[in-house]
Amino acid sequence: MSPAIASVELAIETHGLTKQFGRQIAVAGIDLAVPTGSVFGFLGPNGSGKTTTIRMMLGLASATSGEISLLGRAMPGSFRAVLPRVGALVEGPAFYPFLSGTANLRRLDTADPGAPSATRGARVQQALERVGLTHAAGKKVHAYSLGMKQRLGIANALLMPRELLVLDEPTNGLDPQGTREVRSLVRSLAAEGTTVFVSSHLLAEVEQMCSHVAVMRAGTLVAQGTLDELRGAGEAHARLDTPDAAAAAQVLERLGLTPVTAGAAAGAPGHLSAVLSAALTAGAPAPEDIVAALVTAGVRVRGFTVVGASLEERFVALTGEGFDVAQ
Amino acid sequence: MSPSDPREPAVTGPAATGPAVTGPDPSGPAATATAVARPRGASAAALLGSELTVLFRRRRTWAMLAALAAIPVLIAIAVRLTSSPVTPGRGPAFLDRITQNGLFVAITALIVSIPLFLPLTVGVVAGDTVAGEANLGTLRYLLVAPAGRVRLLLVKYAGAAAFCVAATLTVAVSGALIGAALFPIGPVTLLSGDTIGVGESVLRSLLIAAYVTVSLLGLSAIGLFISTLTEVPVGAMAATIVLSVTAQVLDALPQLDWLHPWLFSHYWLDFADLLRQPIDWTSFGANALLQGGYILVFGALAYGRFVTKDILS
Repeated sequence: MSPAIASVELAIETHGLTKQFGRQIAVAGIDLAVPTGSVFGFLGPNGSGKTTTIRMMLGLASATSGEISLLGRAMPGSFRAVLPRVGALVEGPAFYPFLSGTANLRRLDTADPGAPSATRGARVQQALERVGLTHAAGKKVHAYSLGMKQRLGIANALLMPRELLVLDEPTNGLDPQGTREVRSLVRSLAAEGTTVFVSSHLLAEVEQMCSHVAVMRAGTLVAQGTLDELRGAGEAHARLDTPDAAAAAQVLERLGLTPVTAGAAAGAPGHLSAVLSAALTAGAPAPEDIVAALVTAGVRVRGFTVVGASLEERFVALTGEGFDVAQ
Repeated sequence: MSPSDPREPAVTGPAATGPAVTGPDPSGPAATATAVARPRGASAAALLGSELTVLFRRRRTWAMLAALAAIPVLIAIAVRLTSSPVTPGRGPAFLDRITQNGLFVAITALIVSIPLFLPLTVGVVAGDTVAGEANLGTLRYLLVAPAGRVRLLLVKYAGAAAFCVAATLTVAVSGALIGAALFPIGPVTLLSGDTIGVGESVLRSLLIAAYVTVSLLGLSAIGLFISTLTEVPVGAMAATIVLSVTAQVLDALPQLDWLHPWLFSHYWLDFADLLRQPIDWTSFGANALLQGGYILVFGALAYGRFVTKDILS
């Protein structure tokens, strides 16, 4: 998609990946390219096909058509070689409620033929420590809160050194502190060189941890690239702070902009001040010319800023309003 | 909005990943190398050990074994408390012999358990194998680990078979203990008229327990297959149990004579040959062959279903 992506080695690559359930197409021919070493945000409203894509990537569900390559190997054909190098949290944590946190991790670790049994105890302890669950390690999981289960799920993904982490909604059910911890954990893993693929419907989360983003909508990939590329593709806005709102609006309209009142600003007492906002579309004049035109027309300008597009605007533009509704 | 490093890989990305890639790399290939070097049998044994741990750490498993252990206890106490001698030919086979020899409690209890209690518990365990994991969601984590679908299926079946052993042994051992506690123990007169000592009669009881275990293996395979069809463990359990009852009902209908040798429950009660001197292995062999056939057919069906199944739970 972008030159930056094309030139880098890819940790995850799909071509025309499609999944059909009966007549419903859950994933419609997506081409994902996740560069090695990136923290890749996989965004999309609920029901847009994120989890189905992840299930296909990990060999849990078969693709109707298309190809998947994980860490340079074809999936699901090479699952035996690939999956031990991948840690995953898929659609929420799942554990045996009648076993303790430690026993659960030991159980899932024995399922990995590549995990040495000699270091199992130490690795389980280490993983529990890394997610801050050491104090609850001996408790049965049915006594865990959702946030603790989520942490245990992340601990499971960290039982072995991984080259790729696939985290499906990792902060789901976590309190703000837990969310921060997950974020810093992801950062530290990325700093160690692990590629992290995070699916989320929380924009702020993705904006804070990811280097790359892909956006899904109704089973299709509507955008993919670095965070800055994606943000840059949106429209910037000019924000004008002025006491002469009416005159300013006229000037802006004359320049071909469509100003909207974005609220009142806190001016000096007795001074009414309005904030106008206008999208800087492709044909809009340069910001300095707008200010010059305003001043020439006698509009008093208290403040003028060009605001870059936020990911949220871009996201809504791509997926439409009604965030949590499947299309 | 604060640090720019995680967001601008174009600038810091290559610099950060460059040296970092060499960091985890030694551990990565090292881990894979141990995986290759490690015999696959060892890891399968570890997974089976883990499977048995999970099975026998469940309260449900112990509740079922306790219920099975209670059957011979109930029989023994009922016989002990009845003053009038048991009429031969009434009640389950060998019931009349219990008062003379406590060793017959185990055999009587096995006969009582075969039609319903044992298939019931085996149906619960076998029906739960795959559907239970799917229902908990742990199935996806086992497969992503990656346990491997074939390996997991084999381990699951081995776990169910281990439960069959545990279930029949529970009835036999509990029966032997309560029989020894409440009734005299002595040499046993076999169906052929020969008499064997206590030691050998214990061996014969174990042989019967083995026969009953083998009898349940076909049902376990059916349960395993049904378990791959659903994500609702209770459904798979109920279907397995219903099938075991249905097979016995069909086996009792003379009109379906032709079908009887093919029913997995056909030889369930035919272990009397093991109580003769010398032992007649015909029914044991026929039963083992039939159960083996069921294991092959339903094992293949379970394989075909599970290997291609989309795990969406």
